[in-house]
Amino acid sequence: MTALTVRGVTKSFGSVPVLEGIDLDVPAESFTAVLGPSGCGKTTLLRLIAGFDDPDGGTISFGGETVYGDGRAVPAQRRRVGYVPQEGALFPHLDVAANITFGLPRRARASRDRVAELLELVGLDAAVAGRHPHQLSGGQQQRVALARALAPRPSIVLLDEPFSSLDAGLREGTRRAVAQALRAARATAVLVTHDQGEALSLADQVAVMRAGRLVQLDAPATLYRSPRDAAVARFVGEAVLLPATISGGVASCALGDVAAREPAPDGPAEILVRPEQILLGATGVRARVTDVSYFGHDAAVRLDLLPGGPAVTARVHGHDLPAPGTEVRLTVTGDAPSFPVTTGAVPVTTSAEVPAAR
Amino acid sequence: MTLTTAPSTASRPGGGARPSSRRRRRRYPRALLATSTLVTLIALIPLIFVAVYTVGVGWDEALRLLVRPRIGELLWNTTRLALACMALSAVIGTGAAWLVERSDLPGRRIWNVLLVVPLAIPAFVNSFGWVSVTAAVEGYGGALLIVTMSYFPLVYLPVSAALRGLDPALEETANALGNGRWRTFTRVVLPQLRPAMLGGALLVGLHLLAEFGALQMLRFPTFTTAIYDQYRSTFNGPAANMLAGVLVLCCLLLLLGELRLRGQARYARLGAGSPRPAARARLGIVTVPVLLALAALITLALGVPLGSLAHWLITGSSTAFPVDTLLTTTATSVGLAAAAALVTSLLALPVAWLCVRHPGRASTLLERGTYFGNALPGIVVALALVTISIRYTETLYQTVPLLVIGYAILFLPRAMVSLRAAIAQVPPVLDDVAHALGATRTGTLWRVTLPLIARGLGAGAALVFLAAVTELTATLLLSPTGTETLATEFWANSSNIEYGAAAPYAALMVLISAPATYLLTREARNSR
Repeated sequence: MTALTVRGVTKSFGSVPVLEGIDLDVPAESFTAVLGPSGCGKTTLLRLIAGFDDPDGGTISFGGETVYGDGRAVPAQRRRVGYVPQEGALFPHLDVAANITFGLPRRARASRDRVAELLELVGLDAAVAGRHPHQLSGGQQQRVALARALAPRPSIVLLDEPFSSLDAGLREGTRRAVAQALRAARATAVLVTHDQGEALSLADQVAVMRAGRLVQLDAPATLYRSPRDAAVARFVGEAVLLPATISGGVASCALGDVAAREPAPDGPAEILVRPEQILLGATGVRARVTDVSYFGHDAAVRLDLLPGGPAVTARVHGHDLPAPGTEVRLTVTGDAPSFPVTTGAVPVTTSAEVPAAR
Repeated sequence: MTLTTAPSTASRPGGGARPSSRRRRRRYPRALLATSTLVTLIALIPLIFVAVYTVGVGWDEALRLLVRPRIGELLWNTTRLALACMALSAVIGTGAAWLVERSDLPGRRIWNVLLVVPLAIPAFVNSFGWVSVTAAVEGYGGALLIVTMSYFPLVYLPVSAALRGLDPALEETANALGNGRWRTFTRVVLPQLRPAMLGGALLVGLHLLAEFGALQMLRFPTFTTAIYDQYRSTFNGPAANMLAGVLVLCCLLLLLGELRLRGQARYARLGAGSPRPAARARLGIVTVPVLLALAALITLALGVPLGSLAHWLITGSSTAFPVDTLLTTTATSVGLAAAAALVTSLLALPVAWLCVRHPGRASTLLERGTYFGNALPGIVVALALVTISIRYTETLYQTVPLLVIGYAILFLPRAMVSLRAAIAQVPPVLDDVAHALGATRTGTLWRVTLPLIARGLGAGAALVFLAAVTELTATLLLSPTGTETLATEFWANSSNIEYGAAAPYAALMVLISAPATYLLTREARNSR
């Protein structure tokens, strides 16, 4: 069953178009991440779904109920969405228990059972119920914010970059706790984020947005393995993109012959190889190591293909690393998706920065 | 005139940059913009009046009115009093602040309180305390002594706050680089205190330009007293308005300087608080002389006025203690001040909301407009309101509403500062969250917004209330005939040299002002 349906939603601020026709389906009890760089309109989309702003056009439905359509909008306070903003935004004048029960009917607010239940759900000790927001750590605040959002049993929970203000140590634990709580509550969740690692690791499906449009909606593994175009490929992970000629399902490129994943029509194309697919060994194309970034669990090795070929990056295990300057041989394991090229030469692109861990 | 901080452009509503930048693209809500514009226009009435009047008088007439020996004398009196008082206050305030914050002075906590208490005694009460004991204080020397004793805490407060916020690591670094304690103070500490010191001194100057009661009592003529005399003798003569124009010009110059310094002051403060307290200087053998000097300062600033007040209370009550009149004037004062507090807070609310929630060029402009009350002497505000009401709306002349509007113009900055800070504590995202949780607009107002701004609203209203209770100049000119407040009763009695009869009113004003001082001190503490 579909919990949220967005159809042809548009929005501009003044003369600046922010959303140019968004279609999105979110299955009930699923976790959807909306992933995009800052300024792509993802937060605006979330605010339109919550009802804080109205779209210029299109429809938004929760289950069977239309909450926006034909210029008629159900106000935010009647949409029954849970909203977890950046930095939690707990009410500073209320303690944790009062924050959590804020959205409950007046009679239900006195009930400590529901508070205890929700605190347990988000993995917090019942003792924090009497504390005030300023006495909590950033991660605890986010968990309370989620508990507050879940308390009225919303039809859908919207999370707006809820982890971006946490420092790295807290972030992973809070992410796990939030994801677990959402699943335990059987909630339908939409998370907005610019962090591809967060989107891929938490969500059931990821919607990639770019410049006001939704470019691809897929499960994380599909998105990573078969991105729609080169830009998506670069955005969801580190990518080596090489010009290639495809013939009979085999792509010939600077890294040799690579199996091209279907669909792969014959002709010039750009092929996507992930750095972890490139193996260093005794056979294959020649390359010189220019630089090694060691991360402990693995390492990124930057290489110049010989003679005078483009530069590529390989991700290898952290032991037995080649020294810069040495010559190695490279092979590609697995198949690689390709993007057909119509005209002109394909520039060689390697994403510049290697993330330390995924 | 108020002891309030000028608007700071730095603080913006919290809750993440995203939602607010998104909000900025929206238009200003029309009703809010219209209300705020109206409030700012009210706040600007005196300024507009003075400007329009000066232009209307014409160049020749203005020259004739201004180029007179009398004006020269007033300018000389006002300037030498203001400059000397600012310099003395800077030295005394900074010295005392250093002793309390950075030396091992015995009894620092008590000194800290005693050095702020003079703010609770209105300058004209201080003046009364001296002049009722000895006529020797009449003239320049006495005037300088008394106004300095009344206003040096305006330097003491910001400088001691700045000293507390100063990172001791800077001084330690200077020490490590081979500078002794005195050289460290002059080369490292003093330059960093400069914004606080100058800001405080400029505030002293603004208060001084507005001071009427204290100087009138000492028979030391300045622009403010001259305007009053002109007004009383020739009733609304062009000369009074012309003098007001010159006074406003002086005030605006000081206000400009003050605003510019505020901008710089932010850079001078590094970090909110120091991680560890600075090492205190050992006073050693100078401890006793320093203690004696501070004791003398407090005797001059507090002992003499309070002692003389006590003396007149005792000797005065032996003859007559008019309980009825005391009660009715107190009730009138309290009622007027409460009305002023309510009206001023209500006026400040839309402007403060607009400038915090809808930052932009127009809202900043409107907000700045309300701050001119900081620089406008009560006499100018009163003169403008009297002249305008006589000319255009005679039904308002000498009515309570006009008096309350006068208070509102004068004290709007006090309410604005508290409210702005309070509203900034309520980021718009809290509204969103409350709406998502099912709260209606009214529900959000009652359950989220009001509880969060209640303290700021209350603090602002209290500050306005307490300022209005002791306001003398505007009250003298604007209060309806027959309406006597504590300040006007005190003034009438002390003008007739009936010191015993005046004393109870002064004592009541000091009693009511004490909490204001406490609030102001706390606010100054927290804000820096």
